[in-house]
Amino acid sequence: MKKTDVLVVGGGPAGLRAALSTAEAGARVLVADRAPRMGGQLVKQTHMFFGSKEQYASVRGIDIPEKLLGRLARFGDKVELLPGCTVLGAYEDGVFTALQGEDYFKIRPVSAVIATGAIERTLAFPNNDLPGIYGAGAVQTLMNVYGVKPGRRVLMVGAGNIGLIVSYQLLQAGVEVVMIIDAAPKIGGYLVHAAKVRRMGVPIHTSRTVLRAEGNGRLERAVTAALDARCAPVPGTEQTVEADVMCISVGLSPLTELLAMAGCELRYIPQLGGGVPVRSREYETTVPGLFVAGDASGIEEASAAMMEGALAGLYAAGYAGFVHPSEAETAAELRAALAALRAGEAGRHIRAGLELLEKEALYA
Amino acid sequence: MERIARHPILDFPERKALDFTFDGRPMRGLEGDTIQSALHANGVVVLARSHELRRPRGFYCAIGNCSSCMMTVDGVPNVKTCATMLRAGMDVRTQRGKGVLG
Amino acid sequence: MPEPIDPFESGGVPSLMMIAEKFPSCLRMKRGRVAVAECYRRIPCNPCETACPAGAITIGADINAIPVVDHDKCTGCGLCLAKCPGLAIMLVDASARDGTIEFSVPHEFLPLPETGGAVDIVDRAGEVVCRGVVTQSLCPSAYDKTPVVRFRVNEAYLMAARGIRAGKGE
Repeated sequence: MKKTDVLVVGGGPAGLRAALSTAEAGARVLVADRAPRMGGQLVKQTHMFFGSKEQYASVRGIDIPEKLLGRLARFGDKVELLPGCTVLGAYEDGVFTALQGEDYFKIRPVSAVIATGAIERTLAFPNNDLPGIYGAGAVQTLMNVYGVKPGRRVLMVGAGNIGLIVSYQLLQAGVEVVMIIDAAPKIGGYLVHAAKVRRMGVPIHTSRTVLRAEGNGRLERAVTAALDARCAPVPGTEQTVEADVMCISVGLSPLTELLAMAGCELRYIPQLGGGVPVRSREYETTVPGLFVAGDASGIEEASAAMMEGALAGLYAAGYAGFVHPSEAETAAELRAALAALRAGEAGRHIRAGLELLEKEALYA
Repeated sequence: MERIARHPILDFPERKALDFTFDGRPMRGLEGDTIQSALHANGVVVLARSHELRRPRGFYCAIGNCSSCMMTVDGVPNVKTCATMLRAGMDVRTQRGKGVLG
Repeated sequence: MPEPIDPFESGGVPSLMMIAEKFPSCLRMKRGRVAVAECYRRIPCNPCETACPAGAITIGADINAIPVVDHDKCTGCGLCLAKCPGLAIMLVDASARDGTIEFSVPHEFLPLPETGGAVDIVDRAGEVVCRGVVTQSLCPSAYDKTPVVRFRVNEAYLMAARGIRAGKGE
């Protein structure tokens, strides 16, 4: 049984930042991540981040894990990193089970931060299970982490930030992007991302969706159609797109299995991506000592995940009896940064989701 | 599908070759590959068959969430090939059915 | 009646009026390189303001504010081109007074165009509008892998030219 003060499940932007706050407060922290490297989804983000200096604006996502790990290294053996370690279960007695290679063991922390991120959604249409149809993030992983091209001609479904960014990165890898389509009437992602791919000749067609995929044993083409104001396909607008890869970029859903297993109350909040844990302003779930941060608490951006992780780590350390030397100031700064990130039009649905969650939780 | 040789942002240095087999056929991957990325680089996109209708399946999420990429590796079934690092000499097979553990 | 959608919101290509609003005066362009920040919407982002050594870009306390470039303070150094995560900034230079304009754009594709080479110049919709001549390609370490490529085109393309048609990868 491994004992520690704070367990952080997930070594992505939220988890690493939580570990940092925790270590700054003087607690021992264990960070477990199932991937062979720490960094979560940062390891494939070759583009520069937005936000401001605290959220590493202008720094490429791929360079952020090193910076965070560098800051963590200053705390020596107070910080234990366990890559390649899957946390299998979170039990009601506060014990976690884990598997690292062949080694199965238990962890008993005083408090924990669940920063398990999200899973890519899929879209329902005939033959959506054909090889060649992949999550956009999955293609990003294949290209940027493993250096393998996904195919030759890509149809990108979804014009949110991930769809736009991955389209750009496909072009950088020398892969053709035939077009980007989105069922919504407007481009959902940042228009600067859209501008970059439009300059490189990739058309964006909004109010258009996939009707079906076709191919013998693998994707060979897709049929798309325009959508009317009620999101119904318009007869006569069908178009066939020859493509051997279709990237589905229609959103993410929080990974809340450990939270559900531990007995946390969850609520379905569409604006936050699905089922999310009820939590206090201190990011504590309905299970005392169990905190949450990042996409697992609600789908947003890595910059917000870092701020949330920093806050959750602060309070998780506090729960374990370790008060950060400048807790109030630090928390205030982090909250202000988070509010700034969410203040604009881009943060509208997050703010709506958080408000709804608060209301839902009150009427438990 | 081919590997990226030169990239405007990323460096892809030369890596050590790892020989393995896929359904008995010899194949070559590189150190740092997952089983799935090595297969993809060799043009293998069908990783599994659905249980009832035997429909061809490939990977979907590539980071170990969706279970679309499960194969039998070194006799062990239900291995998530997108989340398992390739090792030299691995025996990778398309799985028939749900597999039996132990 | 459904509200008409702004084509910029559905297509990602700004209108001529939107573009013109971001441009400096003719007089300033004739003095030499100057930044044009094509950031049209509020998003939480301010590294251009932080990076500018001349203090020519203003966003302010609300990081969602659209950056405003003081073209007279701007020295045309180009650091903001590499720092902008949206690659939304370019430089224009009309000082040659020979009927050509030199553009500087961030270009994160291989192969990097060679100095002296002729390239296809694209507009904001990705259409090739003319040929241009590459006058310089630079990528100092401060640019963190965002090269800046300078090309010269006929001044008729001042408002249309926006980038270099990328090669087919490696």
